[in-house]
Formats: sequence, structure tokens, C-alpha cells
Amino acid sequence: MWLTAGQLQTMVLHRRWADRAFRAAALAALGLGLVTLAALLVDAAADGLGRVNWQFLTSFPSRHPAKAGILAALVGTAELMALTAALALPLGVGAAVYLEEYARRSWFSRLVEINIANLAGIPSIIYGLLGLELFVRTLGLGRSILAGALTMALLILPILIMASREALRAVPPSLREASFALGASRWQTVWYQVLPVALPGILTGAILSVSRAIGEAAPLITLGALTYIAFLPRSPLDEFTVLPIQVFNWVSRPQKGFLECAAGGIVVLLVVLLAMNATAVWLRGRTQRRMTL
Amino acid sequence: MSDLAPTTLPPRPTAPSQPAAPRGATTFTLDRVSCWYGARHVLKEVSLTIPEQRITAIIGPSGCGKSTLVRCLNRINDLLPGFRLTGRVRFKGLDLYAPTVDPIEIRLRVGMVFQKPNPFPKTIYENVAYGPRLCGVRDRTRLDAVVEDSLRKAALWDEVRDLLTQSALALSGGQQQRLCIARALAVDPEVLLLDEPCSALDPIATAKIEELLIELKSQYTIVLVTHNMQQAARVSDDTGFLLLGELVEVGPTGRMFTNPADPRTEAYITGRFG
Repeated sequence: MWLTAGQLQTMVLHRRWADRAFRAAALAALGLGLVTLAALLVDAAADGLGRVNWQFLTSFPSRHPAKAGILAALVGTAELMALTAALALPLGVGAAVYLEEYARRSWFSRLVEINIANLAGIPSIIYGLLGLELFVRTLGLGRSILAGALTMALLILPILIMASREALRAVPPSLREASFALGASRWQTVWYQVLPVALPGILTGAILSVSRAIGEAAPLITLGALTYIAFLPRSPLDEFTVLPIQVFNWVSRPQKGFLECAAGGIVVLLVVLLAMNATAVWLRGRTQRRMTL
Repeated sequence: MSDLAPTTLPPRPTAPSQPAAPRGATTFTLDRVSCWYGARHVLKEVSLTIPEQRITAIIGPSGCGKSTLVRCLNRINDLLPGFRLTGRVRFKGLDLYAPTVDPIEIRLRVGMVFQKPNPFPKTIYENVAYGPRLCGVRDRTRLDAVVEDSLRKAALWDEVRDLLTQSALALSGGQQQRLCIARALAVDPEVLLLDEPCSALDPIATAKIEELLIELKSQYTIVLVTHNMQQAARVSDDTGFLLLGELVEVGPTGRMFTNPADPRTEAYITGRFG
């Protein structure tokens, strides 16, 4: 032994204290996060829950806070997200399949990989500027849902590609070998064996990335999405608004009634968001069950 | 059977190597085959003939290249990045690695079963029907017939006839491996390659598979990679011994195990290493 009994005791005591201190710090960090979230939820619910009713959900915006509703923004958000997902999903999954299943490891695929990771970190407003120039002006799509969806699709593509690659990588290589050994082509192997196994993971990634896009206001404001829409968009080329923009607009009004409307809008947005996240969790649970059966 | 001429190694790589042909037809002829994974030299100048409708066992210690050897025969090694092969592999006279050869066609004619059972996470029926479906068989009655026939050949039908719509992953390891054999047989191959098919199985499941292989050899050429010498002795007609990527010796199994020509073979078989 190169420590005396006394030294050993002090050391153990010291370690125990360090352990406790670290545990307390970690707990405090968790608590701070949870308390902030809870405060936010309670605050929004307290202000807005009273405002959320059938009239609120089915009315267009109005100059009178009591008559104002969220219908145009809710429908706009739903349509924008559906179109975004429809555009981004095939592109994102296709890119991921290429990178994981077809591309050989080379400096080129490394470069693409690094760029995708970088793109995921670019502020959303930059995508808004790109969309404004490319989709709204150059392609002449105007301030339409289509232009918004294309911009949002670009915004979530990097996240979607990374999530899809993760899901594809989780498919055991033995499954691919089994398929190839039966004379399947690469395409058949991907289509019949790899994608079905990876699909729930891909869908989880898709929903999580779409639920990121759902809260974005900045790129759409850059595009020039309107805040006052008293009609429901009929085609993808119609003008539109979304929940975050509507909330942003109400918050900036001086009347107290509109602040209630904003809180109500936040509650609606949160409910939509939580529903989507719940779907993602449910899908993931289903995958795991199916894979272990 | 004892009058069958032993297949012997060509003396040295420098000699014009044409391995002695066995009586009866030949399925594979390997002529000075060398393989690399990247910079790693895995097979060194292997020359070997594999006769038709017999079981040829490839034995050797771990990492000697036996899996690589068998994986050259259906070109599944092509999928690994950095794989390179020199020399010539002939399959019934066809140069397997000629640029005009489509690996997909080869894999339809040369079936393979892997070390770890790898059924698809689908029903038992779908596992077996996958191969025929890829070949364009849509007719349900025909598919049913192929599935039943393949499962019977793999001695699994009686155990799973009422479970066809259940997940293949619910089967035991031994059953899964026989399912993989049935799945390989369903595309009606000429050859069955088995890469240590019993290494993940218990002795009873192993015995079942060995019995099955002996039955199947009347219809298929079988190449069996195994690290289990008793298994090679029990089921195979010919045995090749690989060591550090070199084929040390090959011959009828009986002679290989009783009277090996090479001292290294004797050392391995008597358990002095490996």
C-alpha cells in the first residue's frame, strides 16, 4: 500500500462528495430545462387555452380579436407540410439510398457527406433568401404554397438525408447478402429487402424533420408569405400563411385580445407538433417490435 | 467410390498448372486463383477442381481464406469494396470472371447459405418465394408448389407446414438455417455453397443439416466450408485443406483423414494447431 489508512479515507470521502456534486449539477441542468418547458407550456395554456374553441379554429383572421381565428393558418400549415413532405421524401430517401447503397467510398462521396452535414447547420433564413430568388422570382412561382414547400423541402433535406442514411445503415449487411445470393439485383435488394426494414426509421426521420419545418417562420416571411388571408388556398399556386407567421403577427399587435389569440395559436401549434412527434415515437416502437419478432 | 482418382495440387505455380481432372463431370475448376481485399492477400495461387454431385469440404483454421474461396464461386465477393481476383475460375467451362458474365445469372445457378442464419424479416412463405418471385413467377399455385417442394427438400416442411404465414424470425436457429437452405433451393440452382452453415447451431440441428446435405448431393454439387473436421469427415467426399491462403492438399476425404500427404495437413488434422 502506498497510501496510509487516513489518506485513503480522505480520498474516498472526497470522491463521494465529487460524485454527489456532479449528480446534483446534472439534476439541476435537467430541472432547469424541464421547468422552462413546463413554464412555457403552462403560460401558453393559461393565456391561450380559453381562446381555443371551435370558433377560433374555423374563423379567418379579423380586425376584431374576438372574431379572429386560425383557420387559414392551420390549413396553410397542413398543406405546406404535406407538400413539403411529398417533395422532400423521395429526394431525401433517393439521395440516402444512393450514398449508402450505390456510391463507392471516394473523395467525392466524402465531400458530399461533409456538405450535407454543413447544410443542416445553415440558418433557415438563408434558405428563405435562396427560395425568394430561385422559386419566387426566377421560376416565377410567386408567394405561393409551392414556392414555400420547395424552400422548406430544401431546408429539411439535409436532416432527412442524414436520418435516412442512419436508418439504411442499421439494416444488417447479412440481409443484403442473402438477397444478392439469390440472384437479386442491387435495385431489387434495396426495394424488396432494405427499404422495408429501413422504412419506419426513415419515416421517423421524416416526421421529425417536418416537425422542425412546422415551426419555421423566418424563411416563409423572407419569401413574402402573407399574414392576412381570408380564404383557403385552392391550388399549390395560391398565396398562404402558416401558424408561426400568424402567431408572430398577432404578437406584434397592441391590443390585448390579439395576445390571447397568439397564445391560442401557440397552443394549436404545440398540439400539432406533439401529435407529429407522438406518431414518430409510435412508428419507432412498431419497427423495434417487428424487427425482434 | 474408392477408385476415384485423387485431385492433387499442381506441383508449383511455375509449372503449367492444370489440376488433374477427376473421373466424372467437373463443376468448378480453379486455376491459380489469388484474391485480395485491398492490400491483404487472402488466397494464394489456389488450383482446385470441384466434382459434380459430390460434397467437397474446405477445411482450415480461422482466417485461412476458406470463406473467401467459396465466396469466389458465386461472385458475391464482388460486392466487397477493394476485392480483386487473378487467375481463372471456371464453372462448367464458363469463365466466371469474364467481363461478359453477369454475376446475377451466376448467383441464380450457384446458391449460397451463410454462416449465420439470415432469413428475411418476413413470413416463412415469403422467404422461400422471394427467389422465384425475382425470376418473375407470379402464379400463386406455382409459387405454392415451389415453396412446398423447397421446404420438403430442406426437411423443414413437416415442421412449418402450418406456420407458413408466420415470421421466419420466430423459428429456432437450426430451423432458420434449413429455411435458408430451402430459400436457396427455391431458385433451382445447380450448386449449393455452404459457408460454415452449422457454426451457430447446436449438435442436434447440426446433425439434421448434415443428413440433409448427404441427401441433397444426388441433385446438387455441394461445397461445404467448415472449421469442424469431424463434420468434414462425416459428410464430405473430397476435402481440401487451406492454410494461410494456400491450398495445402486436396483429395478424397477418407485418404485425407487417414493418410495425408502433407505434414501440415497431418498436424492440423491431429489437432496440433488450429
